[in-house]
Amino acid sequence: MPNTKRRRLLVRGAASALAITLGATALAACGSSDDDGGTASGPVSLTYWTWTPGMDKVVDLWNKGQGKKDRITVTVKKQASGDTLITKILTAHKAGKAPDLVQAEYQALPTLVSNDALADIAKNVGDARAKFADGVWQQTTLGTDAVYAVPQDIGPMMFYYRADLFKKYGLTVPATWEQFAETARALKKKSPGTDLTTFSASDSGLFAGLAQQAGAKWWTTSGDKWKVAIDDAATKKVADFWGGLVKEGAVDNQPMYTPAWNKALDTGKQIAWVSAVWAPGTLTTAAPDTKGKWAMAPLPQWSDGENVTGSWGGSSTAVTTDSKHKEAAAKFAAWLNTDGDALNALAKEGGIYPASTSAQLSGAFTTPPDFFSNQADFYALAAKIARTTAPSAWGPNVNVAYTTFNDAFGAAAKDRSDFSAALAKMQSATVADMKKQGFEVSE
Amino acid sequence: MSSLAVHQVPSAAGATGAARGRPPLRRRIALVPTLTLLLGALYCLLPVAWVVIASTKSGRELFTTFTFLPGTGFADNLRDLDAYRDGVYWQWMGNSALYAGLGALLSTCVSAFSGYALATYRFRGRETMFNILLAGVLMPPIILAVPQYLLMAKAGLTDSYWAVLLPQVLSPYGVYLARIYAAAAVPDDVVEAGRMDGASEWRIFTRIALPMMVPGLVTVFLFQFVAVWNNFLLPYIMLSDDEKFPITLGLFTLLEQGANTPALYTLVITGAFLAVIPLVALFLVVQRFWSLDLLSGAVKS
Repeated sequence: MPNTKRRRLLVRGAASALAITLGATALAACGSSDDDGGTASGPVSLTYWTWTPGMDKVVDLWNKGQGKKDRITVTVKKQASGDTLITKILTAHKAGKAPDLVQAEYQALPTLVSNDALADIAKNVGDARAKFADGVWQQTTLGTDAVYAVPQDIGPMMFYYRADLFKKYGLTVPATWEQFAETARALKKKSPGTDLTTFSASDSGLFAGLAQQAGAKWWTTSGDKWKVAIDDAATKKVADFWGGLVKEGAVDNQPMYTPAWNKALDTGKQIAWVSAVWAPGTLTTAAPDTKGKWAMAPLPQWSDGENVTGSWGGSSTAVTTDSKHKEAAAKFAAWLNTDGDALNALAKEGGIYPASTSAQLSGAFTTPPDFFSNQADFYALAAKIARTTAPSAWGPNVNVAYTTFNDAFGAAAKDRSDFSAALAKMQSATVADMKKQGFEVSE
Repeated sequence: MSSLAVHQVPSAAGATGAARGRPPLRRRIALVPTLTLLLGALYCLLPVAWVVIASTKSGRELFTTFTFLPGTGFADNLRDLDAYRDGVYWQWMGNSALYAGLGALLSTCVSAFSGYALATYRFRGRETMFNILLAGVLMPPIILAVPQYLLMAKAGLTDSYWAVLLPQVLSPYGVYLARIYAAAAVPDDVVEAGRMDGASEWRIFTRIALPMMVPGLVTVFLFQFVAVWNNFLLPYIMLSDDEKFPITLGLFTLLEQGANTPALYTLVITGAFLAVIPLVALFLVVQRFWSLDLLSGAVKS
């Protein structure tokens, strides 16, 4: 086979899979719509796997409005989110029974594409591009001319802090990471029992977002090969920074999202949180007694005057190769994520922060979230921060990198030992897994 | 829950042996075993106690008040659970009851037929068949879930009630247990006597053997019921429509709502608590069949 090499870049396993490459020269012929007859012929019904709460109500808007006109009915099948859903989609795809539409987190898209599960919908949703920031849109193209999904929600990262306690301890909001470290130390001096925040070794997405802000590009391709750079200089900088803080005891080393963490936030034992735009929702349940006491600021920067953030979370709507009505499905995906009414309903019912830039300042986002009623410009600031999101570079085995992160960094954070050794472990485990899966990896 | 059943079976066998053999020894309290068992019981019951108490806490109390201090939100939790997606929880409960009840019943029937046949009849390939069955006992059902899904997809049955029910009907362990039990509880002489009197094989099975096998079959039913009730992976792969989900899957979707939506802990905990109740009730009701088991063993010649 002449193009075995190219094929192995992204496609593994199935010999029947179409060749998909990341090279700009060779555009993938994936999802050719020969079987995709006219949408005008007869009513079409589509199934949609999603975990967003209240999505059925949003889809009702479509089924009663635009969808009725186009004779396209969408049925929501609510799923649990996470890596297990990817496995479920791939299993269904193996049997040719994947649903027409799936919700997928950005970092899962390469995995799905490399298994030939997602259709190229560039022809159908090309116009939607203008509605999204470049850094967001790029995640759905994987750097090719193809488009594998329409962005739905994003999670630009921000710095959350207890405004009242910052005042009480005489702290200022750090603009750089250096100041962040000083703030943590100053707080320790003033109140030894209080931590600025914690380094959570169970939240790989947070670490990935911090590395992304520092300029890391974990997965890239050159020619026919993948390059894995989880231990690049930028990520090392982030790992050493947090490792140092944990080692000297300036920040806590306990994981987030535990009862103990909730309690620490609720009682003011931890007074800041590096998080993303969806933090108000989490704080509402984690620290109910602190309502109105928090404020949000941009993430600290690596050098003065810079203006970059990473992202933590966010997902997209994709059309599968198993769908018999790809054009209709793409039409719905574009409507769902660009139509004003749809996005308003999504924000109201599902609590999402829209990827579409025009929606970030309208409807539900003209007033601050309930928990942050004291910060009137919350969403104006959020939209400004969202525009500074650094591009991300996901690969086909993010799940392996994340699992290794949890293990290696979990142990390192617990012993307060060297984080760069843990990072090296993450790199080697990820490379080894890719090779095992049959990808070509350059050293 | 399943550990309860596991303890019951060997204790039945042990009691039989003791009763048949020497006269019973005078009981004295063995301190070390008692303490060990008490510790074991504590280890098993503590999480249950946690679920029971946590289900009474409101979201605000859940992580802030002392762990074993009952809260004030039980009624609210129930109301919220009932209101979630128009009461889909009760639908899940019903589905679980259907999968576990019907699945275990069908599985017990199959086990009774095949166990009895394997124990009573001599035919070519019987041992081979039984050995294959034993291999099936050793095979964890999780491994089979994906191949079963691909088969169901070929048959066009995925995302239907059948997709979850059918794979559960044949339980190698159930057949194995039924055979062992039938071999011990249905004496060949009785079957012979039935034949002498001119009863058909079907009549012998239904009128003579089946009643003798009831305690064993109850065990098979319970095992299978608990296994299906707790099963996660098979329905997870087979079903995509959340109206067909069993409780395990439904609660999982409540937990994994995506990064930007907090998990509905109070609903999940209350839901888990309610999901345990039918199992406990079932075990309490069926317990008397096990005491029957002890008796029938002891009376045997």
